[in-house]
Amino acid sequence: MDITFNNVSYIYQENSPFAHKAIEDLTFHIPSGSFVAVIGHTGSGKSTLIQHLNGLAMPTRGEVTIGDFHLKAKEKPKNMRELRSKVGVVFQYPEHQLFEETVAKDIAFGPENFGVEKAVIEERISEIIPAVGLSKEILERSPFDLSGGQMRRVAIAGVMAVQPEVLVLDEPTAGLDPRGQKEMLEMFYELHKKQGLTTVLVTHSMEDALKYADQVIILNQGKKYMEGNPVHVFTQKDALHKVQLDVPESVAFLSKFEARFKKSLPFRGQTVDEMAEDILRVVQGGGIDE
Amino acid sequence: MREKLIEFRNVSFRYREEHPWVLKNCSFEIYEDESIAIIGHNGSGKSTIAKLINGLLFPQEGEILIAGKPVTEETIWDIRKDVGMVFQNPDNQFVGTTVQDDVAFGMENRGIPREDMISRIEDSLTAVGMQEYHLTEPHRLSGGQKQRVAIAGVLAVSPKVLILDEATAMLDPKGRTEIMKTVTQVQAKNNLSLITITHDLHEVVQSNRVIVMNQGEIWDEATPREIFAKKRALREIGLDVPFVAILADELQEQGLVLSKEPLNHEELLEELWTLHSTT
Repeated sequence: MDITFNNVSYIYQENSPFAHKAIEDLTFHIPSGSFVAVIGHTGSGKSTLIQHLNGLAMPTRGEVTIGDFHLKAKEKPKNMRELRSKVGVVFQYPEHQLFEETVAKDIAFGPENFGVEKAVIEERISEIIPAVGLSKEILERSPFDLSGGQMRRVAIAGVMAVQPEVLVLDEPTAGLDPRGQKEMLEMFYELHKKQGLTTVLVTHSMEDALKYADQVIILNQGKKYMEGNPVHVFTQKDALHKVQLDVPESVAFLSKFEARFKKSLPFRGQTVDEMAEDILRVVQGGGIDE
Repeated sequence: MREKLIEFRNVSFRYREEHPWVLKNCSFEIYEDESIAIIGHNGSGKSTIAKLINGLLFPQEGEILIAGKPVTEETIWDIRKDVGMVFQNPDNQFVGTTVQDDVAFGMENRGIPREDMISRIEDSLTAVGMQEYHLTEPHRLSGGQKQRVAIAGVLAVSPKVLILDEATAMLDPKGRTEIMKTVTQVQAKNNLSLITITHDLHEVVQSNRVIVMNQGEIWDEATPREIFAKKRALREIGLDVPFVAILADELQEQGLVLSKEPLNHEELLEELWTLHSTT
């Protein structure tokens, strides 16, 4: 589903002394089927943005369009329930939301609420379990007997069981160890491709944004600060540093290399081995351009 | 002679008799003024080590000595004066209604006189750069600021060792940098050993020595440089290596000869520059 923000602002407690503008005049477009990374500091408006994607927050001004759904100020769409079945949100530490007696019941909770038939739910569960990297044996166990990583996968299975078309991920790898982080993102990327999802990933990791995203949106103090494909955004080191964000390490290293060798070796999305080739060429080339 | 601050002698631990061992026959020593990183996959036993050091848990086998004293039910209150811990979740360790009350909490428990407390609060909040916030309520602080207050609370009772148990894991990059800067400054000013349990490679690179845990056992114990030279093996046990180590590996695979394992961008650049000048 296409997602469009048109001059969207959101103000907490408007017309009160506590009024606070969480997002301001935000405009962007996410084409259906793309993978978008949203980056920004704590307090930059990322969470408020996410809440607009399934109607948890309604714009104070402007309009949000998700597929055929329109969210406007003071105009609650009649089909909010349907929107929420189309937009799956994996919040931070989603394992804290598990509550049922068994894994199977917990996964079924979402689709049951959307009126999906029992037989269909069971079918979905048997497809989702391997897709999120779990085995069928755990279905009858209590979710609270599982490891942290497994619990998170159960929570994600619950979101996927509703079969959303848009998947929103709010720092989904926080608290996992490096291998767990990598496996989790690979899993989301597989789901994204196989199911043709539109994926919105909120992250602090420039490395992950570079690796998976087609488009990057950088927020700063509630406003859109930068937007574009990862290579374009991440090569603007000075602009990023200005809002105290870092560039991915590979980009940082190449830019230091350029300064030291006085040669042009821009980042253009190379893999590490291509980068090593480029560097070797310069190192062994002899001679320096003054 | 450097003094041994922490000593594990053949320590094994499990939560219940029928459960598997979480730590298996671990022995290591940590000296005064050292900065140690403990790394390992989730469930490798890292945090169990921290909890054993200050007597939140007791081993079934082996012995743990802190500044020469064995950790037992009788000694834990003394030992906890020497061992300060900061945990992962900033919201779970705030007990005071203001920043200064929170810092006072640990001292109140130890019966430190009021006059003494006031100066210690001031000193420890200054050390973490939070003195301006002494009357602020916790919910007005960022995660990084909360963790700095937690560190101040620990410093106020002047421990010999500060343990950070994934204390930066829930913070954003800005908060992480804040904490690492604070910790480095604090360590330089006080005679303090530091143990950081972490997945963050920058924290690992800054330490003097690294203990790598794998499935309850000590897998290796060496300097960061020596550890990161074993990239392949590290990745096999589920750990990460810094970008510069991966790039160095790739350069060597393509025929470049490096004199040492680079730990940061500058070291690798220097080496490349030397190679370049001599070709």
